[in-house]
Order: sequence, then structure tokens, then C-alpha cells
Amino acid sequence: MALIDLANPTRFLSLSRALLPWLTGLCVLAFAVGLYMAFFVAPEDYQQGDTVRIMYIHVPAAWLAMMCYSIMALSSLGTLVWKHPLADVSAKAAAPLGAAFTFMSLITGSLWGKPMWGTYWVWDARLTSVLVLFIMYLGLMALWRTMEDPIKAGKAAAVLTLVGALNLPIIKFSVDWWNTLHQPASVMRMDGPTIHPDILWPLLVMALAFTLLFFVLHLMAMQNEILRRRVTALRQRAAAIRPATATASVRSAAAE
Amino acid sequence: MALFEFLDLGPHAAFILWSYGICLAVVIGLIAWVRIDRARQEAALRDLEAQGIGRRSGARTQA
Repeated sequence: MALIDLANPTRFLSLSRALLPWLTGLCVLAFAVGLYMAFFVAPEDYQQGDTVRIMYIHVPAAWLAMMCYSIMALSSLGTLVWKHPLADVSAKAAAPLGAAFTFMSLITGSLWGKPMWGTYWVWDARLTSVLVLFIMYLGLMALWRTMEDPIKAGKAAAVLTLVGALNLPIIKFSVDWWNTLHQPASVMRMDGPTIHPDILWPLLVMALAFTLLFFVLHLMAMQNEILRRRVTALRQRAAAIRPATATASVRSAAAE
Repeated sequence: MALFEFLDLGPHAAFILWSYGICLAVVIGLIAWVRIDRARQEAALRDLEAQGIGRRSGARTQA
């Protein structure tokens, strides 16, 4: 089977149906191990005490927020350059997930910031650029909903997504380029992580758990989007056969 | 003893518990969203099939 064969929506549905139970099981296992390590294995931080345990959800959520947008950007290239049939399905399915992870990152960051920095929010480069990312996710979700034709919506969203991808290196390097309250990178550095392994390993396990969660939800959301487009296509066929009675059905499908 | 140690999250325990609680709520919300959406699409497909409107590929297979 060639890679292009995976572009077939029916084949994708059957492949994802086979894959999902395994991914779900691994995800649950990773969360169980990660949460156990976060609360019972990892020590307190010498400065932050137990508050460091917020890191085990804040950092993976932030990583996933950026990874999700990267996937959307790659999907957008697939839409515009290769016209891959599932590319815009992938991008549309990923947007709400990315928004949710960004929201989690912002909220947990605020709840971590209050005891550590004495404030829930500052307009420094890192926090502001992640807030911009969250607003971009919401904007893309709104754009998808405003256009009835999913193909046209996919192209418009793809262009906007690629423009917005400029924010990703800004988020990553904001702590280096500007004088920020947010700490510099501790894990993904050229000279390697600066975190002690006792704290690093639980973080990496939780990051794996969040990544598996994203892929499970993404595959399920893609399946739903494919089914939604089938429903719309069938309702349009019904409208063509029975124009007088089917008009209301097509309008309701377009509104969805 | 382990449970008591688990609950003893220091002076900022509320911030830690709220963080995990909000994340749990968001994850549950996401799972509910995909499952409800799936049920809605499958119900719509069943309705259309009940009206005799099926996919062209399904008709070719049967032929």
C-alpha cells in the first residue's frame, strides 16, 4: 500500500478504527504512570516546593499547543501545495484541540505564577505570544464556521494558518530575545536539559501522555469530520432528487 | 500514610489542585465533544439511510 492510499477517507476510517484502541490504552497507561511519578516519585523543588508539580501539566500543555499548530501548518501545506484530501480535515479537527491545550497552558501558568511571581499575569513576551496563539486558534475555528463550502473554508484557513505560524518561533525564542519574567528554556536547549532527572523523567512521561491524548482525540475528530462531510454530501444529493422537501435539510446541514 | 502525604501539597495546595482540576475538566470536555459529535453524525447517517439515500460507492458494491 502506497502512502497516497492513506489519503482515501474510507481507508483512513478503517485504519484509525484499528489504531484507536491501542493508542487509547497507551494514553491511559502513560497518564497513570506520569501522574504517579508527578505526585509520589518526583521530589519538591528546592525553591518552589510542591508548586513545581503544576509543571507536569503546564509544560506538556504548552508543548502540545505549539505541536498542534505545527501539525495544522503542515496540514495547510498539504491543502495548498499537494491538495491532499484529508489535509483540511486534519487542520479543522486539530484547531479545537490546540485551543484547549493553549487554554490549559495559560490557566495553569497563571495558577503557577501567582504563588511564584506574585501575579496571575504579566504582559511579557512569552505569555503575550501564547495568548496570541490562543486567539489565533479561536479565529481559525470561527473562520471554519463562517464558510459553508468546506473546501473554500479549508483554503482560507490554510493561508491564515501558515501566516500565523510565524508566531511559533516567536513563542519559542521570546524568553531569549526579550527580557521576560517567564524562565528560559530548561529542557529543549542546545546544551541539553538543565533539569534534574528526578524531575525531568516525570515531565517527559506526562508529555508523552498528553501527546498520545492529542493523537487519540485528533483521530476521533478527523473521523467525525469525514462523517460530517458524508452527511452533507448525502443531504445535497437528497436535495437534488427532491428539491422542494429537501431544501430545509440542506440548510440545516450547512448551518452545522 | 501515602494518601496523607499526597494531600499535603504545601501552602499553595489550592493552586495545584485547581490546576489539575481545570485540566481534567477540559480533557473531559474534549472527550465529551468528540463522542457527542460522533453520535450526532452517525444518527444523521442512519436517518439518511432509512430514507433510502446512500453513498454511490455502496450502490456500486451491492451491484
